[in-house]
Amino acid sequence: MSYSLAKVDRIIDHYGADAEALIQILLDIQHEFRWLSRETLLHTADRLGLPMNQLYNVTTFYKHFSLVPQGRHAVSVCVGTACHVRGATRLLDRVAQGFKLSPDETSADEKFSLKTVSCLGCCALGPVMVVDGKYMSNPTSNEIAEIVEECE
Amino acid sequence: MSKLTSVSALDELRKDILSRRDPKKTKLSVCSGTGCRAYDSEKVIDSLKSGIKQHGLDDKVDLVTTGCHGFCELGPVMVIYPDGIGYFKIKPDDVDDIITETLSQGKVVDRLLYVDPEGNVITKEHDIPFYKYQNRAVFGSNQSIDPKNIEDYLAIDGYQALATCLSSLSPEEVLETVKKANLRGRGGGGFPAGQKWEATRNAPGDVKYVIVNADEGDPGAYMDRSILEGNPHSVLEGLLIGAYAIGCQKGFIYIRQEYPLAVEHLDRAIEQMRELGLLGENILGTGFNFEISVHRGAGAFVSGESSALMSSIEGKVGEPRPKYIRTSISGVHGRPSDLNNVETWANVPLIINKGVDWFTSIGTEGSKGTKIFSLVGKVNNTGLVEVPMGMKLHDIIFKIGGGLRDGKKFKAVQTGGPSGGVIPEDMLDLPVDFDALNKVGSMMGSGGMIVMDEDTCMVDVAKYFLEFLADESCGKCVPCREGITQMLHILKMICAGEGQPGDLELLEEIAAMTKACSLCALGQSAPNPVLSSLKYFHAEYEAHVNDKCCPAHVCKELITYHIDPAKCKGCGKCLRNCAVGAISGTKKEPHVIDLDKCTKCDTCFMVCPPKFSAVTKLSGNETLPVSES
Ligand SMILES: Cc1cc2nc3c(=O)[nH]c(=O)nc-3n(C[C@H](O)[C@H](O)[C@H](O)COP(=O)(O)O)c2cc1C
Ligand code: SF4
Ligand code: SF4
Ligand code: FES
Ligand code: FES
Repeated sequence: MSYSLAKVDRIIDHYGADAEALIQILLDIQHEFRWLSRETLLHTADRLGLPMNQLYNVTTFYKHFSLVPQGRHAVSVCVGTACHVRGATRLLDRVAQGFKLSPDETSADEKFSLKTVSCLGCCALGPVMVVDGKYMSNPTSNEIAEIVEECE
Repeated sequence: MSKLTSVSALDELRKDILSRRDPKKTKLSVCSGTGCRAYDSEKVIDSLKSGIKQHGLDDKVDLVTTGCHGFCELGPVMVIYPDGIGYFKIKPDDVDDIITETLSQGKVVDRLLYVDPEGNVITKEHDIPFYKYQNRAVFGSNQSIDPKNIEDYLAIDGYQALATCLSSLSPEEVLETVKKANLRGRGGGGFPAGQKWEATRNAPGDVKYVIVNADEGDPGAYMDRSILEGNPHSVLEGLLIGAYAIGCQKGFIYIRQEYPLAVEHLDRAIEQMRELGLLGENILGTGFNFEISVHRGAGAFVSGESSALMSSIEGKVGEPRPKYIRTSISGVHGRPSDLNNVETWANVPLIINKGVDWFTSIGTEGSKGTKIFSLVGKVNNTGLVEVPMGMKLHDIIFKIGGGLRDGKKFKAVQTGGPSGGVIPEDMLDLPVDFDALNKVGSMMGSGGMIVMDEDTCMVDVAKYFLEFLADESCGKCVPCREGITQMLHILKMICAGEGQPGDLELLEEIAAMTKACSLCALGQSAPNPVLSSLKYFHAEYEAHVNDKCCPAHVCKELITYHIDPAKCKGCGKCLRNCAVGAISGTKKEPHVIDLDKCTKCDTCFMVCPPKFSAVTKLSGNETLPVSES
């Protein structure tokens, strides 16, 4: 999705351009565009009257923010404790191999992003992989390869 | 809905809601919690909706979509009232039978019932061992209400406790009640809630805040999420009661943004409260004013710490500060602020409604009431369980949890998340109790309870928690930042087969330093996973260091994959599944793994049919068993 500063403005206005709502504003912008561009951050800093270094401070501290574009397909592997003891490390290896990505990486063609997440609340399925909202319990290398194929 | 301007108007509304409901009417309570959604519960619910309509059963049947029921292992789950029939693992294809058999003719669909390990079929949900031994005072309401409908909450006496407080108890009396109940914080530390409320109440200043900690940072737990998803009003009602007792007009809810369903249900609940006049000015005509704002956390474990959380609410980086002055004196914006965990708040309305005597009749001397645990890992019945404090770990894991999966042997249970420790088998008689768990080097924590079997490596588990903490330490103070990094480095070396003599002593030394010198509880408790596993599983560490052997066959660098020629029937399944072509062999002949090509991905081990179990992992000096033939 291309980003427009008009949308960013709408989000900022929703919070009354309150500098204290910085994190909430950035979450909404991130949700809308899946990442935070430098242009967006500069604009937000300007609108909220905050120094840019505070925005970098916040966006690099909290894990959810991404300063690079995210892939069209979100791939996550749960590395919560329950999934870990049921073999999440091996699953993550297989997923990384199958999608040719390291955790927290996005493919060059911006097709896939791979993330690790903590407990998703479905430990009974553990270890779990989620691709675009679809849950899979401990897929094998072949099953992962099929998913890679299926994604447009 | 019009605003309620008095306590009696709330009573009237409740009567009106109840008069419109017939307790004898068939009610389907279908779980739509996060766990069941992963099993496609939404499709089941859609088919139920259209099926009920098609069969003209709209007037005869109520369909309620609820939050988590607890038994996530067997999702999607459903309970049919008034009989209390429990159906499990429901597929969209089962819906036809549920409608034509159960709803239309009152017949039970046997294949959807629970079957215990001995093969006994159990019809009623509350007779199932998983539920029978629980005391679901807080969590049990989840399955009676649609979290998106405030009327459902009102129908089970919702906001009755608030009305009682506002109309007939002084703030001091409410405070006294919570103090007498000895409600201790469910977020980890177990600090008495009443005492914290009192400190905030007595702190100087007119503007004070109450806050819900819904950050749920423990990476292996989901009970706070499930309370908020399934029964948000119980937490909100507790918060209002606390605000009244402390003297606050404003509250915050700090919730992980990773919990979109919980955020949605909270927002909706707050909106409905406002419509009914349960938020805003002059609530129920009693002169009490209160507002709430929801603050989504952007993902930082350390921001669950009280001072860090408060600076996060102010829009800043959530790093802890030294607490010479506690947050109950100086918190958000330097104002006195009381922070409690989701589950702590959810207990408050119960204490007011059912009384101190009821609450203190449950639990042990020092730990009263119930506690919700996320019972997960290598246990048969994965799910959320609520037990009276004082229940033995053994009973939780074996009676409720149904013991270990796949007939494996129990090894340890981990409580307290990254701040907690592992508890070995000979200590399973321990009761869940704040003080008893602290004594053995673990802690109650927020409720993660991870069961581990013989295939779990304790060194790997310690490494896992330290990896998490190294990532999450804010880095503000050196002992935590460097202590964790150095301990992790040693553990990584040990797991890679490069452990040195003296490593274990060094680990203990760094652990002691980190514990003693870190600023916040993240650093202070970070050594617990290492120290507890070193204490109870020392031999396993020694095997890694001295024999370069991982007895549980987990540490990748210390194991190799082999196919036992005596067991391999040459079915070729592993060969077809190996992504790197490391397996060779002809049909019906034993296959062989080329160790130079093998990436140790575990796939062959997973896919080799259980009747053969030919793929074997070896470590240290282990060799393939000599075949009997
Ligand atoms: C690093 C760190 C993370 C924490 N994370 C949480 C959390 O996710 N949820 C929570 O309720 N308490 C968490 N706590 C504990 C809180 O600081 C605080 O003690 C608690 O919310 C108080 O509520 P309670 O007294 O009702 O338990 C954390 C503490 C530390 C040091
Ligand atoms: S103990 Fe760790 S997390 Fe806590 S303030 Fe120090 S560096 Fe930050
Ligand atoms: S562990 Fe993985 S890479 Fe090694 S032989 Fe088995 S399937 Fe192939
Ligand atoms: S730990 Fe992975 S879903 Fe709970
Ligand atoms: S989510 Fe359905 S039972 Fe837990």
